[in-house]
Amino acid sequence: MSKRTLRIIVAKPGLDGHDRGARILARAFRDAGYEVVYTGCHQTPEQIVSAAIQEDVDLIGLSCLSGAHKHLFPKVVELLKEQQAEDIVVIGGGIIPKQDFQKLYDAGIQEIFTPGTPLEEIIKWIEDNVQPREELA
Amino acid sequence: MEIIDRIKSGDVRTVSRMIRNIEDRVEAAKAVIKEIYPHTGRAHVIGLTGAPGAGKSTLSDALITNYRKQGKTVGVLAVDPTSPFTGGAILGDRVRMQKHAEDRGVFIRSLATRGALGGLADAVDDSIHVLDAMGKDIVIVETVGTGQSEVDIMNNAHSIALVLTPGMGDEVQTIKAGVMEIADLFVINKADQKGASKLYRELQRALDMATTYQSGWRPPVLLVENIADPDTFLDRVDELREKLDEHYGILRDQAILGERERRKARVQLMNALQGAVFEPLVQSLNDSGKLEEMLDTLVQKQGDPYSLAEEIAGRYLKGAGDTG
Repeated sequence: MSKRTLRIIVAKPGLDGHDRGARILARAFRDAGYEVVYTGCHQTPEQIVSAAIQEDVDLIGLSCLSGAHKHLFPKVVELLKEQQAEDIVVIGGGIIPKQDFQKLYDAGIQEIFTPGTPLEEIIKWIEDNVQPREELA
Repeated sequence: MEIIDRIKSGDVRTVSRMIRNIEDRVEAAKAVIKEIYPHTGRAHVIGLTGAPGAGKSTLSDALITNYRKQGKTVGVLAVDPTSPFTGGAILGDRVRMQKHAEDRGVFIRSLATRGALGGLADAVDDSIHVLDAMGKDIVIVETVGTGQSEVDIMNNAHSIALVLTPGMGDEVQTIKAGVMEIADLFVINKADQKGASKLYRELQRALDMATTYQSGWRPPVLLVENIADPDTFLDRVDELREKLDEHYGILRDQAILGERERRKARVQLMNALQGAVFEPLVQSLNDSGKLEEMLDTLVQKQGDPYSLAEEIAGRYLKGAGDTG
């Protein structure tokens, strides 16, 4: 059996159409050796969770620049729980004020990366915290 | 097996994780495929191939919509290339199909090529079996953006649509061997662009040159474009859907489906033999150090690859002809 490859979905929930950052991350994840599913802008949390499950990803990376993260990010975690897929790790990024961090952590977002974070730091976090899931037996 | 029941009942999580097992070549996946194999062969497998950016994913999206209108369930396997440097991949075909993400009658899975060069991923074959077993009526396989020679899809699909766009060269391109030959249908996308009608005429002339068509099916050529308005595009793609159905009907009514199934079966058997015979052989040569030894011999020019291979074959394949 070959080494398991980490699968990640990079998704943009909500109504902002600025996906340069998300695409830069997708590219960086590709260069780190991950398989990156990219779904584009204007996604509902339902679409993101459904895609994440169909794609059997280990990690969901959410990017939001519109200010709606307090609603959208927790919604994704909630829907994962409903689908018994809470083993999928969720992280977030974008324009997120410091005072919102704790609320998002409490909702089950495992880490938050804001603009200016070196790409290496994000990849290091993933290496340390996310493993390709156990094989289906 | 409980997994089999969950696959057959269409459990999405089980199916997606099963496909992951297939991709990662997990041994347990084989046992599941052995169980479901006899129950497959029910789905109409459609191949969509063509150059990068030709519009395969957009067409897949519209085909899904149209098949859903017919009450059919659809599975999609969308292949994108793996980096030869890092092993990573951007799987971006879903972007065009996300409107179907919440439709329970649609299952979309992206696959990376992981080194396969024929336009597909090695996992495609068994993944089709899984989608078939989960009850999908239609399985659309979207290849990587192809050039001229990535024709593996011919061993997986019943009906192959080649997506072309204007401006890809002169008429000689239309009579070249390879991808151009395997198409059961041609779709000229971006037909609003200059050169579309020229390409149409060239394709028709190339088709005129062919003296025989299997089963009398002459590959139709459809012009589509997704600029004007989405409804017109959907209507045009529904004509493609009708042609695909018609093609599958002809295959079923004639002996050709059997021929194609046999070609498919042959490739599946060859792949299984590769995994059961060749790979373990190479592994054992590697484990015993014999492989490195042989490489030394070759580098030092003290032997040649043919003699070494014959020696190995003599040692391991003794009696191989007696098995039947």
